[in-house]
Amino acid sequence: MNIDSITLLNWARGSGFEWALAIFIFGTLYRVLTLLMLGRKRNLAPAKSAETSAGVRTVFRRFAPAKGLFSKAPLLHIAGITFHLGFFLILFFYTPHIEALKTVLGFSWPALPNSVITATTVVTMIAMITLLIYRITDPVRRFISDGHDYFIWVISFLPLLTGYLAFNHALLPYTLMLALHILSVELLMVLLPFTRLGHFIAIFFARFYSGSDIGRKGVSS
Amino acid sequence: MSKQYTLMDHLQGQGITRRGFLKFCSITATMLALPPSLIPQIAKALESAKRPSVIWLSFQECTGCTESITRSHAPTIESLIFDFISLDYHHTLQAASGHAAEAAREQAMKDNEDQYILVVDGSIPTGNPGFSTIAGIDNKQMLIDTAKHAAAIVAVGTCATYGGLPHADPNPTNAVAVSDIIKDKPIINVPGCPPIPIVMTGVLAHFLTFGTIPDLDDLGRPKMFYGNSIHDRCYRRPFYEKGLFAETFDDEGAKAGWCLFKLGCKGPTTYNACATAKWNEGTSFPIEAGAPCIGCSQPDFWDNGGFYNALSQPTISIGETAAAAIAAGAVASVAASAIHKSAKAKAAKKHHTVTTDDME
Amino acid sequence: MSTNTIALNAFVEQMDSSMSAYFQSCTHCGLCAEACLFQTETQDPKYTPIHKIELMKRAWQQEMTLTGKLLKSIGLAKPITDDDLSEWEKVVYDGCTLCGRCSMVCPAGIDISGIIRKAREAFVASKHTPEGLRHGTKRAMELGSPMGVQLPALLAQLKHVEKDTGLSIPVDVEGADYLALLSSMEIMYYPEYIGALAKIFDHANVSWTLCSEAFEATNAGIQIGSSDLAAELVERIVSGAEKLKVKHVISPECGHAYTAIRWEGPNLIGRPFSFHVIHILELLDQLRAEGRLKTTGSWDESFTFHDPCQLVRKGGVVQEPRHLMGMFTTGLKEMPDAGVMNWCCGGGGGVSANPRAEDLKHIVFNKKKNQIEHTGVNTLVTACANCRMTIEEGAEHYNMDLNIIGLTEKLAEYLEPNQ
Repeated sequence: MNIDSITLLNWARGSGFEWALAIFIFGTLYRVLTLLMLGRKRNLAPAKSAETSAGVRTVFRRFAPAKGLFSKAPLLHIAGITFHLGFFLILFFYTPHIEALKTVLGFSWPALPNSVITATTVVTMIAMITLLIYRITDPVRRFISDGHDYFIWVISFLPLLTGYLAFNHALLPYTLMLALHILSVELLMVLLPFTRLGHFIAIFFARFYSGSDIGRKGVSS
Repeated sequence: MSKQYTLMDHLQGQGITRRGFLKFCSITATMLALPPSLIPQIAKALESAKRPSVIWLSFQECTGCTESITRSHAPTIESLIFDFISLDYHHTLQAASGHAAEAAREQAMKDNEDQYILVVDGSIPTGNPGFSTIAGIDNKQMLIDTAKHAAAIVAVGTCATYGGLPHADPNPTNAVAVSDIIKDKPIINVPGCPPIPIVMTGVLAHFLTFGTIPDLDDLGRPKMFYGNSIHDRCYRRPFYEKGLFAETFDDEGAKAGWCLFKLGCKGPTTYNACATAKWNEGTSFPIEAGAPCIGCSQPDFWDNGGFYNALSQPTISIGETAAAAIAAGAVASVAASAIHKSAKAKAAKKHHTVTTDDME
Repeated sequence: MSTNTIALNAFVEQMDSSMSAYFQSCTHCGLCAEACLFQTETQDPKYTPIHKIELMKRAWQQEMTLTGKLLKSIGLAKPITDDDLSEWEKVVYDGCTLCGRCSMVCPAGIDISGIIRKAREAFVASKHTPEGLRHGTKRAMELGSPMGVQLPALLAQLKHVEKDTGLSIPVDVEGADYLALLSSMEIMYYPEYIGALAKIFDHANVSWTLCSEAFEATNAGIQIGSSDLAAELVERIVSGAEKLKVKHVISPECGHAYTAIRWEGPNLIGRPFSFHVIHILELLDQLRAEGRLKTTGSWDESFTFHDPCQLVRKGGVVQEPRHLMGMFTTGLKEMPDAGVMNWCCGGGGGVSANPRAEDLKHIVFNKKKNQIEHTGVNTLVTACANCRMTIEEGAEHYNMDLNIIGLTEKLAEYLEPNQ
């Protein structure tokens, strides 16, 4: 039997999702546990101020640009924040996504209007393209970037693009585009824990560790 | 030689006027997505269309498809077309039974060799030949035999087209579609559970008019009926665009006629003419009646994760998968950590102690 | 073991949860570049902070990750070669003062300067270090001071100070409350600091002493990045402090000395101290708060204050100097980014002890120059002998008319005479 769109879609919604979710859970857990199990030496120097609360504070503070840094790279900040914020809005506040997450999590929440989501998608894609151009053209960004950075850009861009096209019934038949959209998300899920995209979980530990290290010296970061 | 009995003769015999006939022709043209300029050609073709021999085989099916095509409240042109064909063999409809019935089939095959139309409803079991037999002949054999000299095959209903309900997991009879067995004949798939009557007769009308099979999509369906998704033509579409969804079957949204996406509507991925041709002589269709589309004209619609689950929802149960992944992740982490720690310990053991000698 | 294996080994030894978290968090956004004066002043991308830790990250990937180990086993991993180490030595030592600005701005929370400090361990172990730093460290280990200052030199300076101030400088007084440490630079170039200490402690009635066996506060081991050597230097102070049974050890007007003894010290020797470590500015501010410091008169000049990196970002000493200056002057004109995010003078982290980095140091001093010029003043107060020296050299290099003063000495000038 040849693979038609609906079969592909059914696979994506069924076995494909099952595998992707399993690999995602496995990989994320593996990353977190191996990170934690490596341990940290107890710091013998007496702390000047509470380190744990400083660590937690830094976890949240670093969502905002560092003081004085925004004006040094406004485009990078705006595009970077827009992309992340947009991605989360689309992921968590689009009706079909909430329905999908409900299956996994068992609960749901109110959605944003579709018009808001569509607009957000366009803005988010523009932000991502801006970031890509910036990465290619800016000397610092180009110097520190490698193939991996461009690869994860593509992996992150595909779900936005296919989702947008599917929503608008553009380019390919809807069923096929929807299948491709779900598959692109599954690819993202599979690769998240095993690429630099793993920062989605690692940064919380990094921020906490550096925040508590800096915080114990009486510096708020 | 007497003039052969034509469709026009048949319709006139039923009291249909020429005006009524032309109206039908224009409806057919619209349905077949043909320009109005072709209406006279359709009329001419249909007027002189000869009575084709049709053999209708029913395998693992529920008779719903036959019910659909025969149960019209008032005589319609499409039902009349159906009446016009020489239905030489049909379990449910023919008077003959047993050997007489089989003899009629064989006679028809012989008389109309390479010209008869084979209509199949129901799926074909390939597990044990004894799962479904007719007059001692198993379904698969009968299909192969009957298909051999057919001009074309029309697979009617989702069972014949894609396996349908019998094919649904766990598929105990190992049921397959007609197209899984017959590879060397043109097959027109007319899926639906059941298909819309006018779609079935429309396909026959096309065959009668042009003598060819219509343009088919990648699932073997006539594009003219299956070219648009239910969602594309759904009158509730504006609510989808606005993000207004019924949450339950009896909430305010449901009463206000909002989109049924969250209640599991498969309209966006289902290709059929329900939203335009409608049912019961154009009265309504499931979504109009407040029921989400279940996607019955799509392959494996029974196994697509529940009729009332939204299209974006995964179709598998998460619990076991997640638990297995967590267990595997924990085990792998413990193992990997042991390796990491030993690497670190080994490095510490090999530590190069820096002395002033290194400061030369 | 070959030198590159030694380096790899030294990297792996230091892997822990935080390293693992840091290496997994970077997405190469490059924002750290905007925070690094080596990058902003040279516009050379190789000074992007996250790039400086590349070799250690490579070691982590190869030895501590599944995919890395797999790639290494089939020979696809990029090895860490001696050429790599030589190449990176230039950015890790010459191009980084461990100022810590990058660690403050990283959106992912990566403590980049902390990693660079750790990475240096591997460069030391594999002998990929700048000659100047090496020799300074050797002097520190063998003579007790990176500048070769030994006890007779100190005693000679103390005599001058005693003569100038009319106060006696306590040396080796057992049971004193405070043991004061000094940096070689202070002994050789800024003995005013010792005089100021004597005056202030006399004024505030603080029981203090110097230790003839442990007077050097600087830690060349920390600067070059060797915990083995740094531990030995810390041990000297600890044994001196324990012998004299002091309750506190005072870190002088020096940045890295404070980091070395206050934060790294107990961890280097592997046990907590029996005494407290306090920076001179913290102690003075404490005395001020207790009302034990009384000033008279006011300094009329306009001036600016340079926050030493190791004090603000790595020591949390931010408000103390401002409180103290508030006692005798209102002329402080803050530089842009003053306080926690102040820009480095460009001489920290061993750069000032590395003649090879001299030109680069002057180039990046431009940042400080601009900051100072922005305030429009000709006087700069600071609280780190190394910053002071670097800024003096920078000012000379750029022909700036700039007068540089240590905060403690300035404070001592305005003390109310004791009754």
